[in-house]
Amino acid sequence: MNKKDIIICRCEDISLEEVHQCLEAGYTTVEDIKRILRVGMGPCQGQTCSHLIQAEIAKFLKLKKEDVSFQKTRPLVTGVVIEDIAKQAIDGDDND
Amino acid sequence: MIKASIVIVGAGISGLSIAYNLALSGMKDIHVIDKSHFTNGSTGRCGAGVRQQWGTKLNCILAKKSIDFFGRANKELNYDKDIEFKQAGYLLLATNTDEDIQFQKNVELQNSLGIPSKKLTVEEALKIVPHLNPNSFISATFCQTDGHVNPFLMSEAYYLAARKLGVNFHFYEEVKEIIVESSLIKKVVSDKNEYITDKVVNAAGGFAKEVGDMVGIKIPVFSEKHEILVTERTMPIQGPMVMSFSKNIYCQQVPHGSFLMGRSNPNALESHDISSSWEFLDEMAKTVTEILPKVAKLRVIRTWGGSYNLSPDRQPIISDTDELKGFYMACGFSGHGFMFAPITGELLTEIILDKQLDDYAADLHLNRFKNNTKTSFEHSVV
Repeated sequence: MNKKDIIICRCEDISLEEVHQCLEAGYTTVEDIKRILRVGMGPCQGQTCSHLIQAEIAKFLKLKKEDVSFQKTRPLVTGVVIEDIAKQAIDGDDND
Repeated sequence: MIKASIVIVGAGISGLSIAYNLALSGMKDIHVIDKSHFTNGSTGRCGAGVRQQWGTKLNCILAKKSIDFFGRANKELNYDKDIEFKQAGYLLLATNTDEDIQFQKNVELQNSLGIPSKKLTVEEALKIVPHLNPNSFISATFCQTDGHVNPFLMSEAYYLAARKLGVNFHFYEEVKEIIVESSLIKKVVSDKNEYITDKVVNAAGGFAKEVGDMVGIKIPVFSEKHEILVTERTMPIQGPMVMSFSKNIYCQQVPHGSFLMGRSNPNALESHDISSSWEFLDEMAKTVTEILPKVAKLRVIRTWGGSYNLSPDRQPIISDTDELKGFYMACGFSGHGFMFAPITGELLTEIILDKQLDDYAADLHLNRFKNNTKTSFEHSVV
């Protein structure tokens, strides 16, 4: 299968070819590649792509996958509607 | 042991712009050292806004010159991607009479410096951002030429251009010590290398004070945590950055389609903490629900924090020092280092090459605090 047609990050529509170009350009950590390609910045927050990218970096640098650092995990665990947070925050204040 | 004509501490946007401008002037053996990955500090954490609507003359001039550069950056840096400079403006909301009066003065100042900002009524503002809550503000100012630049890609554009000019970069390497003998810089020691040099640039962002301390130069800056959230992407619905100082919010839709928004914490302490807090999420959600109810229908997918490196007058320090020859700094940007980066690199290069500076730039010197010179204070900050 053509590398152009293999989608690594579904949220941001990034192909394996783009990941490989990024590696060739010298960006060889998950954090670097995230900032250049936006992989892992979409709604799933890297739950699919980060492991795949970690594996590609390991192959490229000839390392074990576990020796390639993972990206920083940030809140939230899942997407939440902003006005729902506001409502909870205001209701919570009333209950104090 | 590496021989360097200059060592730049920090590969954030300021360090990158300085490295590029120095290399462009013909300097060789420039080494830039950064303790972590590409744009790991404040640059990669910033709100991606670029504006000229300021309350002090100095900030207005710095901003205008930088905006002019963003307009030609792709070409000048020969960047084959796009820095995503979008000039859809900044809309600043006045929510009380004091702010309304201050904004009138600010617009007069900005116009006198060639910045095309204007005062708007609520109705006029609603024509630009129809989903604003009309009851949340009493007037506004707008500048069409303000807007957005992608911090990652702008950094990459400078980085690649600097590398092409021969600049050496050392990521994942931390500066530990700067050796000074008889009031002259001799050496920079990192956790991986030693650099023989007589010139050091402190572009360490949130850690600028600590780098000053390495050579005994007291820099009156401190770091404070500011947080941001980003939403899922959606159709283009909001052109300009919407901002209110009194309501404590900035909120823009970036070209990618997601909304970025942030606020400051009035109780923040001096700290290098950059962790996310639920308090931020609560307060941010309440404010955006009030001012931009339509935007509050979106899902927040991520939050993060970063450091503002605050100076006493909320204006940058771009300076050499009286005490130590060869020590330079670009710090204290007070949350605006990204949008001022182009002029920062140009000015510090002129200082390092001992060129005559334009008159306005004298006010950027560290001495303005030492001599207790009266400086204007920037209030237009979130």
